[in-house]
Amino acid sequence: MEKRVTFKGWLLPLLLIAPQVAISAVFFFYPAGQAIWQSLFIPDPFGLSMQFVGLGNFEYLLTDPYYRESFVTTAVFSTLVTLVSMIPALFLAVLADRLIKGAGVYRTLLIWPYAVAPAVAGVLWLFMFNTRVGVIAWYLGLLGYDWNHVLNGGEAMGLVVVASAWGRISYNFLFFFAALQAVPKSLIEAAAIDGARFWRRFFTIVLPLLSPTTFFLLVVNIVYAFFETFGVIHTITAGGPQQATTILVYKVFKDGFVGQDLGSSAAQSVILLFVVGLLTVIQFKFVEKRVHY
Amino acid sequence: MKIAISAFAAAVALSGQAYAQTEIQFWHAFTGANGDRLVAQAELFNESQDEYTVVPTFKGNYSETLNAGIAAFRAGEQPHILMVFEVGTATMMAAKGAIKPVYQVMDDAGVEWDADAYIGAVSGYYTTSDGKMLSLPYNSSTPVLWVNRDKLKEAGIDPDVDLSTWEKVDEVLTQLKDAGVGCPLVTAWQSWIHLENLSGYHDVPFATQENGFAGLDTELTFNQPLQVKHIAKMGEWAKDGKFVYTGRRNEGGANFRGGECALFTESSAGYGGIKAEAKFDFGIRPLPYWDDVEAAPRNTIIGGASLWVMEGHEAEDYVGVAEFLNFLSSPEVQAKWHQDSGYLPITGAAADLTREQGFYDANPGTDIAVKQMTANEPTANSKGIRLGNFDQIRGIIDEELEAVWSGDKDAQAALDSAVERGNQLLRRFEQANR
Repeated sequence: MEKRVTFKGWLLPLLLIAPQVAISAVFFFYPAGQAIWQSLFIPDPFGLSMQFVGLGNFEYLLTDPYYRESFVTTAVFSTLVTLVSMIPALFLAVLADRLIKGAGVYRTLLIWPYAVAPAVAGVLWLFMFNTRVGVIAWYLGLLGYDWNHVLNGGEAMGLVVVASAWGRISYNFLFFFAALQAVPKSLIEAAAIDGARFWRRFFTIVLPLLSPTTFFLLVVNIVYAFFETFGVIHTITAGGPQQATTILVYKVFKDGFVGQDLGSSAAQSVILLFVVGLLTVIQFKFVEKRVHY
Repeated sequence: MKIAISAFAAAVALSGQAYAQTEIQFWHAFTGANGDRLVAQAELFNESQDEYTVVPTFKGNYSETLNAGIAAFRAGEQPHILMVFEVGTATMMAAKGAIKPVYQVMDDAGVEWDADAYIGAVSGYYTTSDGKMLSLPYNSSTPVLWVNRDKLKEAGIDPDVDLSTWEKVDEVLTQLKDAGVGCPLVTAWQSWIHLENLSGYHDVPFATQENGFAGLDTELTFNQPLQVKHIAKMGEWAKDGKFVYTGRRNEGGANFRGGECALFTESSAGYGGIKAEAKFDFGIRPLPYWDDVEAAPRNTIIGGASLWVMEGHEAEDYVGVAEFLNFLSSPEVQAKWHQDSGYLPITGAAADLTREQGFYDANPGTDIAVKQMTANEPTANSKGIRLGNFDQIRGIIDEELEAVWSGDKDAQAALDSAVERGNQLLRRFEQANR
């Protein structure tokens, strides 16, 4: 029988959740409601007039093959960013966890990139891969590889993925590292006595025990890739070449804040909200079942 | 003690005087040397009279400044003067109730002002079809051909070789390529130079309804034979390594200034940067044209920004705005701006003054842009381009041109697609401003 703590009366519990409800209302429900309302209109940028178009903005977007294409781009981008930011983070955390001397120094150094703002990280990577003055582009040239992300869509995608994932590796590292410390040493020692090698112990004991953290990071990183990466894309590729790196959130930003097409931008936000909501439901319904708490 | 009190009294008196002055807020998008020049202009104006104080404020790049102006208007906090880049012209024009046209500001203020003093090819971009100036041209430039003369010499080509037509350029590019030059041609602002200006220069329409000047029901027409031929040729050059694509903005400037590229199509306003950084002998030539087009060369189209006056301030404020705009248009201020920054002068008087001062003789090639603009009276096709959602349309053009440069699409298919996608945005703009 599960033990439940219950409050007497309503006032205290309501008071306790009030701050969270207030914050959600101001920063989520109100803007989301506004977005839904605006998505039904084509307004002029100055707010002088509005044309009601019903679902016209959605029809305009969903019949546009270039917009539909950006769903695929977003899926590819988000998957890659999530993988590239989580796998190296786990690897580094495992290594740092095994360190006996100087673990503190490594930990600190590994966390640093998280302090770099996305747009700045974008500029940093752009400089390294700049087709003209970039160090890495230059070395690649020596190896006989002609790096040109301004025209090659695949290279552009690779670059924005790495630039977006780089700072996140630190964030993920921190969580994995903390989770590794919480793995009971007795379990690992018992397995070692039974003759299990390091990687065997890692895959059969450590990884399953890390699953709550991994699941949490999966959700958080996907949300990051969906929403917070437009700064990187804006500074590195501006969505190009062609539409190779135009992900959904970047198009929201570009149409709304550069193009002043607020109706389309609002409709795109609503679609994005729906997509991410759906993804989160899927994650909790199907992936979480395999998580052991 | 006595000194302190009198100093305090003086300070109060001074500040009292400062408060009596009317502040004119001026939001702009300039940093660096041009930003300093702009601030200096405002200071000069402030010193020249004691009724108004112009307060220049930097608001980010062109898009960010426009956004800041729009957001401020929505909040009722708009500045008096807002700098808006040329592609934002249609957006501003359509915002009746948010803007006060310059001709009206001048009329209401009753200042002495001659609308005909402005160079038609410059002010035409910001003027209605019936000749009323909506915004004051501030920084305008037009594309020219920059030549690395040393590079031509190295390749065994006469640095004074005829580059007046694209046919001639084609031959020179082949020679450069054969001589092993890695970057024969590079460009900045591809849509502006190789589609918008190409169209105006050859007197063919970029869009219907006089390139959008005559109405919002305009449709793009840059998928016609001339434009297709030009883009196809550039696609061929890109494939053969004769044209190197570096990006959508003016990234190619670094390649040219670094001495890698022989030819560079870029704004005349690139002068300051090239003069400061190029460690080689460079030359300025008029933008090439296609020899087999009879109407060419007409005149090229400008780019840059203009100053819009926003609605919603006191009537007396607008007198100050009018005086400031008039001050900016004066020959002395304009001539200095033109010579320092490389932007075009906005009045004929400023160009004449610059010539009298001997600037063109001392800096050969700097008058090419002015000549190219003013050689012929602008037609409906070469007056300018006024399209809604133009920033996004340029984005679409960039995407489609990239498909040509990378060989994914042929010129006709890419331009057809750009026209079709752009037209949808024009319809949306028409709907938003019904």
